[in-house]
Amino acid sequence: MSLTDEKMIELYSTMMKIRMFEEQVAEYFAEGKIPGFVHLYVGEEAVAAGVCATLTDKDYITSTHRGHGHLISKGGDIKLMMAELFGRRTGYCKGKGGSMHIADVDLGILGANGIVGGGPPLASGAALACQYLGTDAVAVCFFGDGAANQGTTHEAMNLAACWKLPVVFVNENNLYGISSCTINSMCVADIADRAAAYDMPGVVVDGNDVTAVHEAALEAVKKARAGEGPSLIECKTYRHRGHFEGDPCAYRNDEELQEWKQKDPIPRFEKKLTEMGVLNPKKIEEIKSSIHKELEEASRFAAESPLPDPSDVLTDVYTI
Amino acid sequence: MPTMNIAQALNDAHIIEMERDPNIYVAGEDVGVYGGIFGVTGGLLDRFGSKRVRDTPITESAIIGTAVGAASAGLRPVIELMFVDFIGVALDQLYNQAAKMKYMFGGKAKIPLVLRAACGAGMGAAAQHSQCLEAWFMHVPGLKVVFPSTPYDAKGLLISSIRDDNPVVFLEHKMLYGVEGEVPAGEYTIPLGKADIKREGTDVTVVATGQMTHRSLSVAEKLAGDGISVEVVDPRTLSPLDEDAILSSVRKTHRLVIVHEEVKFAGSGAEIAALVAEKAFDYLDAPILRVAGPFTPVPFSPALETEFIPSEEKIMKAIRTVMGQ
Repeated sequence: MSLTDEKMIELYSTMMKIRMFEEQVAEYFAEGKIPGFVHLYVGEEAVAAGVCATLTDKDYITSTHRGHGHLISKGGDIKLMMAELFGRRTGYCKGKGGSMHIADVDLGILGANGIVGGGPPLASGAALACQYLGTDAVAVCFFGDGAANQGTTHEAMNLAACWKLPVVFVNENNLYGISSCTINSMCVADIADRAAAYDMPGVVVDGNDVTAVHEAALEAVKKARAGEGPSLIECKTYRHRGHFEGDPCAYRNDEELQEWKQKDPIPRFEKKLTEMGVLNPKKIEEIKSSIHKELEEASRFAAESPLPDPSDVLTDVYTI
Repeated sequence: MPTMNIAQALNDAHIIEMERDPNIYVAGEDVGVYGGIFGVTGGLLDRFGSKRVRDTPITESAIIGTAVGAASAGLRPVIELMFVDFIGVALDQLYNQAAKMKYMFGGKAKIPLVLRAACGAGMGAAAQHSQCLEAWFMHVPGLKVVFPSTPYDAKGLLISSIRDDNPVVFLEHKMLYGVEGEVPAGEYTIPLGKADIKREGTDVTVVATGQMTHRSLSVAEKLAGDGISVEVVDPRTLSPLDEDAILSSVRKTHRLVIVHEEVKFAGSGAEIAALVAEKAFDYLDAPILRVAGPFTPVPFSPALETEFIPSEEKIMKAIRTVMGQ
């Protein structure tokens, strides 16, 4: 498969944007500017970037508690994201959701989700709507290795298979559900093997290789759009940071972390594109500086935005 | 006016709404070929086809979860949870997803879905097929909870529930499906959150739901012969609760008995009692009494199940007690 230079730069820029956004978020969290729980995606950017580059605004995604990367890749506005993380009234959810519940329904983003395994049935449902309404839109369900053991995930896959729903299940296997390593939580080496139980294609890809992820997603999305039913893609990856900011990570060793850092998807793709002559130091600097500018604007917007009014606690419970 | 039973009235509501709005689909276990285990969805498959009337595997989380996802993406699902007792295996999709999405997303989601479920004791179905769980659902902000007791109410409330843009839990007492009554042909709606005075009276207010509405009406008729005038209020919708209807009735009668089949402890009656204690305490001439299921699972043997379900005798005794007799 050959990607255009433009597409490759888009994939690189998306990954870089997620990385820079989250490094900034980590700083703000450490400074106490962001309350609550924050789960960072650093190290896993190739999955969201590679998959979402195959989608349009009409397509749906369901995300996870580690959702910033999915949101940014699907076109989410980092100004509104940052304001939400700051708990401001101007944020995506008016300060009512926070990191774990950011959504943009107009962009087909049906929300980050605080419940592991909460998203898969929603994704199958969005896919049902696409099929029912006769559009060629699809739904993508991002879920982790932890969610791979939840009953909801299997129910959602089974029903999607029975009804041939246009949904792609994208597993982000980062090896750990908080401290619980997949070695102890499942008896198969590959989550993709479980696709056989639902008679859907299941493939394993290097989740730190953005073009490999993109290629697998293109195939699965094409199949879904053509009415040929669901697929499962397992992306092997790793989170560089703890489960949440502040996690001491006593359950894994530094050697393992360093090994995965060698496979960091961003420098890896940067090197490849540089060798191909698609990127050069000047171009890289331009990309970073443009993201930096956008990020500064987002931070300023968030910091200067008003907090919600206490009376806002009572609104938005019901649609009147 | 045609006469039909509750199952037929609910079926009629489905047909009217599905003909009106092509984006309504029905899904659940045995809702298609079988026509629903209690017959509510009978004939819908033949009439609307398998795209709109979908038999599912036994997969409650996926039935509810796909409905939530589909509702957020433009459809209007009306799904059946065969027995309300089964909600335990699928609750997350209802209370953490459907009910909270609008709020968590800052108002920018709409989840128009109806979850129908059969509830209640009386047919020897034992502990996992006989419960009334109204209070569980009432406790969740974002859900509406409807519980009709007559065919007329069932049809009008189901139509309103389907048209509502929020997730609605629509409870159907399984012993009431065969209850007959007059039901207008064609469409009509009953607003959610509006109680109905099933019988007017002046001495004591009885707030009763589901099967207990009928038992309370029967008791009220008997007590009329003894000179006790009982007003029977059926909230019909438990969330939002028609506080005004309950409070004005109590302000008139000065006495309150609450009757429900759920276990008494932390049941829906506790909320109604608290409401009256907070807002109409000065009007009360006697302590509020509740007649409800004991704090046990629903037993199997008819000898025990009969004891579990609040009887007319127990309702009558409570009314006489608040009357000082």
